Amino acid sequence: MIGLPHYLLLAGIVFSIAVAGIFLNRKNVIVLLMCIELMLLAVNFNFVAFSHFLGDLSGQVFVFFILTVAAAEAAIGLAILVVLFRERRSIDVEELDTMRG
Amino acid sequence: MLINILFYVYAATLVGAALGVVLARNSVHSAMFLVLAFFTSSGLWLLLGAEFLAIVLVLVYVGAVMVLFLFVVMMLDINIAQMKEGFTRYAPLGALIALVVIAEIAYAVWYRPVDLNLLGAARVVEDPSNTHSLGTVLYTVYVYPFQLAAVLLLLAIVAAITLTMRQRPNLKKQDISAQVAVRKADRLQIVQVASEKRP
Repeated sequence: MIGLPHYLLLAGIVFSIAVAGIFLNRKNVIVLLMCIELMLLAVNFNFVAFSHFLGDLSGQVFVFFILTVAAAEAAIGLAILVVLFRERRSIDVEELDTMRG
Repeated sequence: MLINILFYVYAATLVGAALGVVLARNSVHSAMFLVLAFFTSSGLWLLLGAEFLAIVLVLVYVGAVMVLFLFVVMMLDINIAQMKEGFTRYAPLGALIALVVIAEIAYAVWYRPVDLNLLGAARVVEDPSNTHSLGTVLYTVYVYPFQLAAVLLLLAIVAAITLTMRQRPNLKKQDISAQVAVRKADRLQIVQVASEKRP
């Protein structure tokens, strides 16, 4: 029978893959943003699973708000990315060291 | 039994899609794998009885956010070969960190399962329609956070437009106030032309 631990473990695996993706894709900011979306998805999984197994709808309301914040974050992040590419002609993370002291 | 099979099929697809997002060489392929991940998550949320959120995930994420991602990927002409330099250098570190995090989470949730009775459920969902009960909670208990979410989205719209709008030089454009404020004397000039003499 599929229980809460199955869903929590699945969310944990997806979250870890996304964390590894942030380490792997140091050259590409777009993939970093996608990894952040994947992490938020994994967190939402926990909320939905707990909401189901506790019979409490508050978890799903939280997922709703997380989706809102994630959509706003994606929009602003991509806007920053477009401006960055217009200025530097590159989206390499390692070249973004202008503010290094 | 069917639900078990569905769960394992969807879970395997989701993990594969997540690996695809991380490992794909092309950013467009990464975005497509992320779309697949969102679709399979939507299926898993349906198994959990969260129908409204499942359809919102498909509509908002696949329909809006991922299209935005794909637009940006296609707008920026980036060198893919250059992108993957240093990929193998960080691969052992990334894999190690992923394995450690997975081991920790597995230990926490698998070998020491959560006792749900200790957490104490507040409300029991009785309404069979998930959308109806979610709407009831959202518009009564969480009405102010809901309004704040709307303000946040407005803020995101304004911020994204402000960031990406640029004034190009030599751009011909209308100046409405100058057009409205124009006088007859500015535009019209009456010239007295001497009439031509007959030959």
